[in-house]
Amino acid sequence: MTLTLNLLSVLAVGAGAFFFLAGTVGLLRFPDPLSRLHALTKADNLGLGFIVFGLLLHATGLLAAMKLIGVWLLTLLAGATVSQLIAGIAPSTGEEE
Amino acid sequence: MAFDIILVVLLLGVAMWTVAAPDTFTAVVGFVVFGLLLALAWMRLAAPDVALTESALGSGLTGGLLLGASTLLARSAAPAPSEEPGSSLRLAAAALCALVSAGLAALVLLLPEPAPTLAPQAMANIAATGLGNPVTAVLMAFRAIDTLLEVVVLLLALVGIWSLAPDRLWGGLPGRRRRADPNGLLTFIAQILVPVGILVGIYIFWIGSVAPGGEFQGATILAAMWVLAAMAGLVDAPPVSGRRLRLMLAAGPAVFFTIGLAGFATAGAFLAYPEPHAKLLILTIEVPLTLSIAATLALLVAGPPERASER
Repeated sequence: MTLTLNLLSVLAVGAGAFFFLAGTVGLLRFPDPLSRLHALTKADNLGLGFIVFGLLLHATGLLAAMKLIGVWLLTLLAGATVSQLIAGIAPSTGEEE
Repeated sequence: MAFDIILVVLLLGVAMWTVAAPDTFTAVVGFVVFGLLLALAWMRLAAPDVALTESALGSGLTGGLLLGASTLLARSAAPAPSEEPGSSLRLAAAALCALVSAGLAALVLLLPEPAPTLAPQAMANIAATGLGNPVTAVLMAFRAIDTLLEVVVLLLALVGIWSLAPDRLWGGLPGRRRRADPNGLLTFIAQILVPVGILVGIYIFWIGSVAPGGEFQGATILAAMWVLAAMAGLVDAPPVSGRRLRLMLAAGPAVFFTIGLAGFATAGAFLAYPEPHAKLLILTIEVPLTLSIAATLALLVAGPPERASER
């Protein structure tokens, strides 16, 4: 049982780390602000979501689990809003080199 | 161990990058990143109280203030060539900074092993304060004078910012008026996040007596929530000459000072608490203090008066 839990945990956190890596690569490599934001929000939403899920399996109680979920939800809210705000002022045609 | 080494290398790298950044905005971004990494370093050193303060005040609030300052600088005219610091001045500044860093490094390396600490004494006497968090006990009881002075410094900083206002706007409203957009994103997030944030701020303040947290961290969150609502145009700053505002700003330090003075009569020293009532007195100080700090921090961000008061 513990082994399965640990394995799931490692898999979930690993998947989260992968999304963060992919998001960072996207942020650095994508050509225009909107695609960069797209890459970034994937890291926040999915990456952090997977990491929180992986940690949830080891949460010490209901309160700790709810705090973890709260952190994820707040980050989702902040990330979604801030990226919309940035997208609102970013030039939509891409950058002139 | 590997993680710590990477963290230290990152910290040094970001610090160098911040100093070498070509423009102010980039430097401020570097400063904020540095603060967040530093908070992580404090966590690794098992100092969550410092980490909370660093991320909330050091990185968040100071970063916001610097961002505002860099925007103002960008709007004003570029400095004349004669006002630019010369290379000799830059070299002197760099040499002095290097000297301070080397001195600090030498001091840390020369510390005896184990390093001198007052932690056992603080832990031995924590029961007298009725608190469970030794950091709060130090801040509010053993070294309360430092906290009192910090709060007064914050208030003085606010007076300094207000005094940047031109004479005709003195006593007016800080910042520009923002119109609320009922369908706007900022309105949306302000309406969802502000109630949650106020709850979290009060929680962080309240939990400070037994766990990491406290009035400075809680007040920063409360101030941030006000700033968010103000940015969305849902609330407007009161005129800085308002009596209720002045009362709110002064209440914390005033109560702190009064109870401190009363310590002469009740416990024989300034800022000493009579033992059976220590926790109650500390709480009596902390509640108005948190409100005062929150108001002060929010108004620091709001800036000097830019609009005349209607009256």
